[in-house]
Parts: sequence; C-alpha cells; structure tokens
Amino acid sequence: MIRLLLVSLYLLGTSAVAFAGEVQVAVAANFTVPMQKIAADFEKDTGHKAVVSAGATGKFYAQIQSGAPFEVLLSADDTTPAKLEQEGMTVPGSRFTYAIGKLVLWSAKPVFVDDKGKVLKEGKFSHLALANPKTAPYGAAAIEVLKNLGLLDTLSPKFVQGENIAQTQQFVATGNAELGFVALSQVQKDGQLTGGSAWFVPEKLYKPIRQDAVILAKGKGNAAATALMEYLNGDKAKAIIKSFGYTL
Amino acid sequence: MGMVDLNTVDLSAIKLTLKLASLTTCLLLIIGTPIAWWLARTRSRLKGMVGAVVALPLVLPPTVLGFYLLVVMGPQGPIGHLTQALGLGLLPFTFPGLLLASVLYTMPFVVQPVQNAFEAIGERPMEAAATLRAGPWDTFFTVVVPLARPGFLTAAVLGFAHTVGEFGIVLMIGGNIPGKTRVVSVQIYDHVEAMEYTEAHWLAGGMVAFAFLVLFALYTFNNSANRT
Repeated sequence: MIRLLLVSLYLLGTSAVAFAGEVQVAVAANFTVPMQKIAADFEKDTGHKAVVSAGATGKFYAQIQSGAPFEVLLSADDTTPAKLEQEGMTVPGSRFTYAIGKLVLWSAKPVFVDDKGKVLKEGKFSHLALANPKTAPYGAAAIEVLKNLGLLDTLSPKFVQGENIAQTQQFVATGNAELGFVALSQVQKDGQLTGGSAWFVPEKLYKPIRQDAVILAKGKGNAAATALMEYLNGDKAKAIIKSFGYTL
Repeated sequence: MGMVDLNTVDLSAIKLTLKLASLTTCLLLIIGTPIAWWLARTRSRLKGMVGAVVALPLVLPPTVLGFYLLVVMGPQGPIGHLTQALGLGLLPFTFPGLLLASVLYTMPFVVQPVQNAFEAIGERPMEAAATLRAGPWDTFFTVVVPLARPGFLTAAVLGFAHTVGEFGIVLMIGGNIPGKTRVVSVQIYDHVEAMEYTEAHWLAGGMVAFAFLVLFALYTFNNSANRT
C-alpha cells in the first residue's frame, strides 16, 4: 500500500515536471503588478511558468495581428478580445472577464486632488496626464469622463499622453505632471491608496472598463495557457485582483 | 489616397521636428566647437574624462538618459529646482526640455567630427599664423575654421540628422503633445500602434528618403573634398 502510494507520488512528481510548460502572456499595463503576483503563485501552485509582457492593449492588438508569439491576452477592455475572436485569432469560447477596472484621478501630492474632482474645473495645474486614448482603454475612459464633465476642450491643451497607462502613472509619480487619470490598481494596494491624493471617478461618468482575457490562436493546445485561464478564474487569483481595487 | 495624405497633425510634427533639429544643430555648433577645440589641443589629464562624458550618449540606451532627465528635470531634481526658482516651470513635456535633451544626446555627433578636424590641422598652420602676428581669435576664424570646414559640415549634418532620428528620449520626456513635443518619430509610432499603416507609410517612407539623401550628399561631398 505504502509502496503504491510512493510510486504514484513519484509518478505525480514526474508528470508535473513533464507537463510543466510555459505560456507567453500579453498583459495590459494596468494589470502588470497584480499579474506579477498571480504569475508567481501560479508557478508555485502548478509548475507552469507565465512569461509576462506588459504594454498598451492597442499595441498588443497590432502585434498579435502581425504574428506576435503571445498565447494569452489579458486585455484592458472587452472589445479587443472580441475583435480578435471575430477575426479567428483566438481559441473560441476561452474569453471571460477577469476584472472590471476603475479609473482614478491621481496626484502624487497629498491634498492636491479633492474627493469630488473639483480640481479639474479649477484648472490650477499645467499638465494633466492620461494614456493615449487611441491605444489605451483607460485613456479612452479618461476622455469620456472629461467629455461628460464638459471639460474636454478647456483641458486638452494641458494633456500629456503616456504611451500606455504605466508611463502615464510614471509622469504623475515623478511629479512632472501634477495629476493624471490612471488605473486604481496602480495606486492602490490592499484596499489603501499607496500615496498622494485621488478622486475615485464615479462610474456613471464612463462605461465600465471590462477587462477580458482570451487564449490566442498561438496558445491552442498549450496546457499552460489553459491552466492559467483556470487559475485567473480561481479564488486565489480573484482575491489578489480585488485587493488592487478591481471589481468582479 | 490623394497626392498629399499628410494631415495637419503630421505636418505639425514635421515642422516641429525640423525646428528641433535646426536649433539643436545651431546650439551644438556653438557649444560643441570650444569643447572640440579644448579636446583637440589639451594635454590635461582631464581630456580622457571629458571625452568619455561627451561620448556617453553613443553607448547608453536612450532610456537611461530619458529616465535620468525625467528625474533630474522633475520637481525634486536639481534642474527642476533651478528652473522653478527661475520661474520657468518644469522642463519635461516642453519644447525647451526636448531641446536640452537633444543637445545632450546629439553632442558626440557634433563634437567628434569637429575635434577630428581640429586634430588633423596640427601645429604648423597655427605657428605660421603666429609668425604673421595674427591674434588667437583671428587665427581661429581665418585659419582653423576654413581648414576644418569638412569637419563642421559633417558635424552639422550628423547633428541635424541624428536629432531627426531621435525617438526613445522624446517618448520618455515628451508627453506626446501636438505642436510641442510630438515629433515625426513619435507620430509614426502612434500611427503604427493605432494600425494607421497608410499614414505611417507616408511619414516613415519620407524619413527613409530624407536620411538617405542627407548621408548620400554628405559622403559625395566629403569624397570630392578629399580629392581636391
């Protein structure tokens, strides 16, 4: 009996090693930090390794169309994965929403941004950072907010655009832009603002940022890709995702 | 697709790029010439160090310079403190900020050809001018500058072309503002990212043609200058 157990344990061990694979993941920049945490746990728990590249969703779309070797896309929106699905570049039926993102107006300075966002109307700043709305969903959401507030035309001369949401945050974090629209996940950890001041933009001002994950055509048949999707949908990953301020 | 497919944003990017490259080149000829002169003539032990500092941008990735500029010119950095104290505000996301970055980044492309030209002149023309009682300034402008003309030309052309070709630093400290910091290379990147390949082709093709013509003209001129 014990021998059988040992043998099966041995087999389990070797099979885990034999099946331990690698998956190339393209991750929207707002999800970089949570994904690093999830990828570390994922490797510990399953033996599979997730190799993560972070960037703007629009850029990934163009790269995937040009044959980039990504196997899983964690998008910053739901339209890009849907578009890829229509174009036959995904594994059908693999798409699901892994997080709903929140937009915040953030400044590295304490008490610079008030909790009603009045700072935008007062306009006493020289630079407002946002992600490139053409390629970054959080940038597009920022534009939507300003449009709904009727401030787009007055504030657009003050725009500085980050290539993606990570660069946008870096503009604000270094103080070169006094404030900017970033993802809540970038400035919140364990339910707390990591520093500075912020306005949590009310959800009626922009369409919910539903972030979808999908297995890409290149990831078809890769057990590590399927395992990652299951893991993302599991309780452990969900807890991490929520701790960064996303809803589900 | 019309004959001119460049929209106003593209045109403003082109204008901005040309303005940045011309100003960078002028500033570098003014700043770089005394540095090149000193490097060519000095016997100081500091020569190696100064030469190395000038050449640093040749080997450093633009991200290193971009990152440090962002920090140094930011509100907590020394240049940021200085510009704020002078009432100039902060330099990132401004045209003067880009100009400063370009001058630093393109420095070796201007200093080195001029320095080489100065070194090639040697002592004799200077001694001859001195025996004719020409003062140092007089010697410099009537003897050295004409003799070093191919070096200055190479420096100006490379300085201009290299600034036009700048990308990484501008992306990091520019903030992509139309008319202020969105140069052609960044505009191309934007077009490609947004899958606007037609627009990207116009600008990118133009860049290839421009770079080729500039280098072709330079090499042709330098060859004929060497033969005479």
